[in-house]
Amino acid sequence: MLLRTSFYFLYLGAVWILALVFAAGAQAEIGIDRDFSGRVNVESRWFPKAGAFPGQGSHAIGFFVEPKLYLADARGRSFTLSSFFRYDNADSRRTHVDLREAYFLLFGEIGNGEWELRVGIDQVFWGVTESQHLVDIINQIDLVKHPNGETKLGQPMVNITYSSDWGIVEFFVLPYHRVRTFPGQSGRLRLPLVVEDEQVEYESEAHLDFAARYSQSFGAFDVGLSVFNGTSREPFLMPGANSSGVPVLVQHYDQIRQFGLDAQLTVGSWLFKFEAIQRAGARNLIGMEEDYVASVFGGEYAFYSVFGSAIDVSLLGEWNYDGRRRNATPSRSPNTLENDFFFATRLAFNDVQSTEIVASVLGDAGRSTRALSVELDRRISDQLSLNLEAIHLLSIDKADIHYDTRRDSFIDLSLIYNF
Amino acid sequence: MIPIRPIHLFFALCPILLICLGVPTPARSESAEETGLEIAQDSQDREKGFGNFTAQQTMVLRNKHGQESRRQLRVKVLEVSEDGDKSLFVFDQPRDVKGTALLIHAHRESADDQWLYLPALKRVKRISSSNQSGSFMGSEFAYEDLTPQAVEKFTYRYLRDEAYSDLTCTVTERFPVDKKSGYSRQVVWRDKDELRVWKVEYYDRKDSHLKTLTLGNYAQYLERYWRAGEMTMVNHLTGKSTVLTWTDFEFQTDLNDRDFTQTGLKRVR
Repeated sequence: MLLRTSFYFLYLGAVWILALVFAAGAQAEIGIDRDFSGRVNVESRWFPKAGAFPGQGSHAIGFFVEPKLYLADARGRSFTLSSFFRYDNADSRRTHVDLREAYFLLFGEIGNGEWELRVGIDQVFWGVTESQHLVDIINQIDLVKHPNGETKLGQPMVNITYSSDWGIVEFFVLPYHRVRTFPGQSGRLRLPLVVEDEQVEYESEAHLDFAARYSQSFGAFDVGLSVFNGTSREPFLMPGANSSGVPVLVQHYDQIRQFGLDAQLTVGSWLFKFEAIQRAGARNLIGMEEDYVASVFGGEYAFYSVFGSAIDVSLLGEWNYDGRRRNATPSRSPNTLENDFFFATRLAFNDVQSTEIVASVLGDAGRSTRALSVELDRRISDQLSLNLEAIHLLSIDKADIHYDTRRDSFIDLSLIYNF
Repeated sequence: MIPIRPIHLFFALCPILLICLGVPTPARSESAEETGLEIAQDSQDREKGFGNFTAQQTMVLRNKHGQESRRQLRVKVLEVSEDGDKSLFVFDQPRDVKGTALLIHAHRESADDQWLYLPALKRVKRISSSNQSGSFMGSEFAYEDLTPQAVEKFTYRYLRDEAYSDLTCTVTERFPVDKKSGYSRQVVWRDKDELRVWKVEYYDRKDSHLKTLTLGNYAQYLERYWRAGEMTMVNHLTGKSTVLTWTDFEFQTDLNDRDFTQTGLKRVR
């Protein structure tokens, strides 16, 4: 692990030095647009209850740095480099480096349309819903960052996009597979056995993955159709042993094919959202291969400037369904979203500090599992901002795979310096 | 009997003289509503043909204690014939929202289309455009104060002519058609020569005088299009104010339709 991290570090350092040398050289040239930005985030996470397993701490302190360099010529052709380094004092698995983005972007006109080419490491977001991102499949999740799985690891790719009046078509060739990050022995929010990250099993080693998406807006209606053929981003966790013979969970990645549909209708203050996938080739919770359909359906309504104040209040509701029912694999901690509801309210204060509070509950309609989340965002100065988040696991059903995280409610305070 | 003096003759001949000289006078038969609409239509027509432009915006937000906060953004606007313009706002400051971009396809007859790009997630979100009256970035400007206002979005009533500094202005009331607008009416001062807006008074739904916008530092581009360099919005209820400064105007750049699509939005840095 240490060797791999140091090697990756060297590689990352080399890329940055090359980029900076190039940037310095580019300074002399006319028409080169340079931009260096990023953020430093200092984080403190506190777990009020003692962990279920020995060695788990109650308090984690850490930081991450995310510098970003952007270079573009007069024609808009650009190179973007952004890397991520995190240190965490409680869980060594949360200390890691990642190249979030390192891509060249070219574009131009062709006929009545436009082509765009992205080569390198990039991140792609597909979909419309909030409680989970079913159709979103290009990037691996950086799960140690947050159990909600919103943060992603950089994915090597060649991405060609053609857009015209009749829609946007994107093609992806994905030559390398990223392994999901999982908490370590002393980390919280983990399963009884630690998920191994050194030995990973693949149904097909070094597989070239492909994906494509077509999207179009018809007035107030936006729709996207997608297909993915390749190595699953979601591992099946198999009991095994590590090199020292300690029982662990081994990540196994199947070859899958997934069709996706995402749609949104925007009418007045209403947003109606729908996502669905059909996936073949993946194993279910009990290790059997099972083709299935899953969907998210819901909406969002906003009340603007409530009671004559500047505050906007949005109400969100979504329902998650998975055709495998109790054999569904967990796509988001702590819930297995096979028949789960999500309700949220977002308060945007529209003040100078852009204060925003989001409160949500995610619950299983058939089991007692309920997770409550409250998040506050506020700007302190032009460069400093604050994020306070509390995740309260109200209850986790004994039958749920995440039962062992029931004592892992936490409060997270982050101070972010943006430059 | 009143003796006919030369001065009387002059007054009697005045309308004929004016017609001969070609100086327009508001036709008597025209109602205040028609005159108001005509002024609005004329100024919209004068804007036609600009093609596109880019500019920088700096906003200084000031509360009643004098504390200041800054916003910096880049603006790109593309003219669309027979419909509302397309505009793109990219934030540079405050730093936590750097790279966030808002794409607006304005429509004359229907609701605008809006997309928000969130760079941290690389996500394009289609958002509702109903929030007309909300504050833009915590400033005293509402979204509806900053987005281009097509003639069709108001009904009008011409009030009077009035001197404004050393200019003669028409003073016109306009009433938003959209029920979601935060205003019952606006009073607009526009100079007669170049149809530039110099002052707008905003009245809230209870018809109390909420805000006043004053504009200045006008400069002309392409020998035709006037743009204000400074716009000051004062909120009379809260005592807060926002000064919006426009700089680096560039007209007829190489912008085109492709820069105002969802794909183009994702390319914004």
